[in-house]
Amino acid sequence: MSPRATKFLLGIAAPVLALVTAFAITSLVLIAAGDPAGEVWGQILSVPETRKLTNIINNATVLYLSGLAVAIGFRMNLFNIGVDGQYRVGAFVAAVVAGEAWLPGYLNTLLAVAAAILCGAAWAGIAGLLRATRGVSEVISTIMLNFIATSLVAFFLRKAAVRVEGSNSLGTKVIPEGSRIPSFSIGSGPGTEVYGFLFVAIFAGFAFWFVLNKTRFGFDLRATGQSTTAAVANGISVKKMTILAMLISGGVAGLVGLPILFGSAYSYGSTFQSGLGFAGIAIALLGRNNPIGIAIGALLFSFLNEQSNALQILVGVSPDIVAITQGVIVLTVVISYEIVRRYGVRLEQQHVAQALASEAPPPPGGPSSAEPEEVRA
Amino acid sequence: MSSSAPAPAPEDQRSIAVRLRGIGKRFPGVIANDDVNIDVKRGTIHAIVGENGAGKSTLMKILYGVQPPDSGTIEINGEVVTLSSPADAIRAGVGMVFQHFMLADNFTVLENVVLGAEKLHGVGAAARAEIMRISDAYGLDVEPDRLVEELGVGARQRVEILKVLFRGARIIILDEPTAVLVPHEVDELFTNLRGLKEEGLSVIFISHKLDEVLSVAEEITVIRRGTTVKTVDPAGVTARQLAELMVGSELPSPSTETSTVTDEVLLSVQHLGLPSPEGRPLLNDISFDIHRGEILGIAGVEGNGQAELVEAIMGMRHGVTGSVRLSGTDLSHVSTRDRRESGIGYIPEDRQRHGLLLDSPLWENRILGHQGRPPSVKHGLIDKRGARTDTQRIIEQYDVRTPGPDVLARALSGGNQQKLIVGREMSGDPILLIASHPTRGVDVGAQAAIWDHIKDARRKGLAVLLISADLDELIGLSDRIEVILRGRLVGAFDPGDVTPEQLGSAMTGAGDPA
Ligand SMILES: Nc1ncnc2c1ncn2[C@@H]1O[C@H](COP(=O)(O)OP(=O)(O)OP(=O)(O)O)[C@@H](O)[C@H]1O
Ligand SMILES: [Mg+2]
Repeated sequence: MSPRATKFLLGIAAPVLALVTAFAITSLVLIAAGDPAGEVWGQILSVPETRKLTNIINNATVLYLSGLAVAIGFRMNLFNIGVDGQYRVGAFVAAVVAGEAWLPGYLNTLLAVAAAILCGAAWAGIAGLLRATRGVSEVISTIMLNFIATSLVAFFLRKAAVRVEGSNSLGTKVIPEGSRIPSFSIGSGPGTEVYGFLFVAIFAGFAFWFVLNKTRFGFDLRATGQSTTAAVANGISVKKMTILAMLISGGVAGLVGLPILFGSAYSYGSTFQSGLGFAGIAIALLGRNNPIGIAIGALLFSFLNEQSNALQILVGVSPDIVAITQGVIVLTVVISYEIVRRYGVRLEQQHVAQALASEAPPPPGGPSSAEPEEVRA
Repeated sequence: MSSSAPAPAPEDQRSIAVRLRGIGKRFPGVIANDDVNIDVKRGTIHAIVGENGAGKSTLMKILYGVQPPDSGTIEINGEVVTLSSPADAIRAGVGMVFQHFMLADNFTVLENVVLGAEKLHGVGAAARAEIMRISDAYGLDVEPDRLVEELGVGARQRVEILKVLFRGARIIILDEPTAVLVPHEVDELFTNLRGLKEEGLSVIFISHKLDEVLSVAEEITVIRRGTTVKTVDPAGVTARQLAELMVGSELPSPSTETSTVTDEVLLSVQHLGLPSPEGRPLLNDISFDIHRGEILGIAGVEGNGQAELVEAIMGMRHGVTGSVRLSGTDLSHVSTRDRRESGIGYIPEDRQRHGLLLDSPLWENRILGHQGRPPSVKHGLIDKRGARTDTQRIIEQYDVRTPGPDVLARALSGGNQQKLIVGREMSGDPILLIASHPTRGVDVGAQAAIWDHIKDARRKGLAVLLISADLDELIGLSDRIEVILRGRLVGAFDPGDVTPEQLGSAMTGAGDPA
């Protein structure tokens, strides 16, 4: 087998191993609880119909942005737990701005999106600033900021709220039709509308890859994440990078709620989807902070969520079982990557050994021949 | 003793503390050890020498249980053992001080020593008493309550040794312990080692400084390309012969050629000061000029302000007073990045903490510190291909032993990491090179090559600030030597007529500074 093919196979072996293990563990839980494991998997692993597929893509879009936001921090060794708070602040402000409609049509949309990015960035920036100037752990400060964000948004929601007709939930003013982001349909009939925001998410993923791998800023960010001492000695300001990384992470976090806001909810209310930031942490871990990996992770989580919705009705098992699967996946991914890595190292060593054995071994202590491929230590 | 006995007598068996047989170890693309056979006698100092990347550290890590061998057996005190972790090795009485120290900076000496060995003597008075007992017994002279970050390298090293003794080691491995020490510290260390030996402990000692090896060791094993070439008796061999066994080439010595000093001032440092929160300033009114084509050597015992001086010039320290001008431009208030980009090459003292991204491939390490200019960037973007090609060039020109530019920096041996950094910092035509211990940990062959590179660059007009613990290197390369003591420059010497002894006494403040 060519080295390239081996590398590719090893690359997909890790996630496959992780998934299989996670499914096995979930099955054990099901069996222990006396639930019909076969039927549960039959339901979860069934081919989704178009309507469900639409939901999967839409939710994955949201999760993807959340995973990206977390991954930016991870790349610099910053644990931004605060994506949850940042996206709430961002989505709320965007909803207010878009609802007020100070500008016409898409200008209004742009303004609202910019406001969301800025507010998300500012909210995360507080933690960045505290870390850079006072050495406060961003883990602690972002957790606190999450609480504050939740209360603050709830407080202002009451002020900005208009009563939604025919319901007793609170919400911001509804975004005018001309400022909504159009969806596109992937099938026929209702419920097959995919968020137009999907393209923004794809673009964000590309930008993430490009900035990290192709720009000096990205290099500096990764270098700081690996070794702050080496960064300082090589002219990288760690404080500046800390603040910038938090700002960018928060800015992306500000986008997380927007597909929903501009694609289906059109207003921010007390029932706006929550917990998206925490899912992002798991997805960033699962995707190993890599934009393609995060996309796969987001699709997988979204798939599991969607497919489990009907479990209660169809097989009488709580959909919470997939939360167990998701949690276990995160753990098994970490473990299986390590196993596969070690296996790869062993393969390579055997390969080296064979290459050397096929040459005439020089007598010990004798003149050593120059070997083109392998360096003999 | 019983060499005439037909079969090894029981005492002879028991007098071997460590017996390695047929040890082999492979890494991807590299054979680090291959059929290594060594006997270390009890109560002796056994040196291991060999080129950079010869596999010395790898072998010692195997003996300390850090990594398992692919083949071969380890016998300790006549018993075959399997060491699958350092804990196993410690249980078998083996302790190791690594090439790159492993102390926690913000802990005290006591905490560092006790860390992970709390079961032995607790963490309180008993542990302290034991530390003091060991320190006195072997003359290690440690202060248990000092913070490790306040200690110089010599003292840190003694803490590392004490840590190993505290855990009850009877076989002590020291990987390049003298690389960071100045001559009188080396003497102190050797006195300590002889003390250990007299107590019946065995010491395995790796060094690139062959004179030292000859003076302290009872037996010397030479490793070349991963395999043991020969074990020799220091009495019957010269440094030159040892070097030939190691590399198959002659032992070089640095020598200055005709001076290339011009009268154009390139670096001008005036009244540099660095106050310290507690008492005596770290740097005190330091002024000097370096001209184009000149090498200024700074001699001093580690911890007298050399590191601070370099970091002050590089802009890595806060609270620095005074001025730094590079070819007429005032750099006193600009960032480290701007200083580097105005043409300073920088070989840091601590290569792993300041010079490398250990978990990145070599080509990314080529970019580090040079993010702003070719071959790292093209059209404003990181240029992977350019960086890889140039890394390949460094690998060839500086003889970095590695399969290629995609290998992680962590996988290089210590000396090869150093060669990569030197190659990188000499690239892109710097006008000033700040070199802290540029040949620390590199073998004699590579040392000569690096000296040649520095001399070549000087001939073309490079100004060099050279900090080194190796007095022969300082005397051989420098056009002028300044001695630093307690943060001040205390005397200037002409390398043409100064002896290492004179420098040594100026460095400790014993002599009368000229
Ligand atoms: N973790 C690793 N992964 C891959 N290769 C490694 C690893 N550790 C060491 N090597 C390789 O094994 C060889 C021997 O390295 P080792 O560190 O033992 O050399 P050394 O004799 O101690 O050299 P030096 O004098 O430079 O310290 C080198 O070619 C090195 O690149
Ligand atoms: Mg080594």
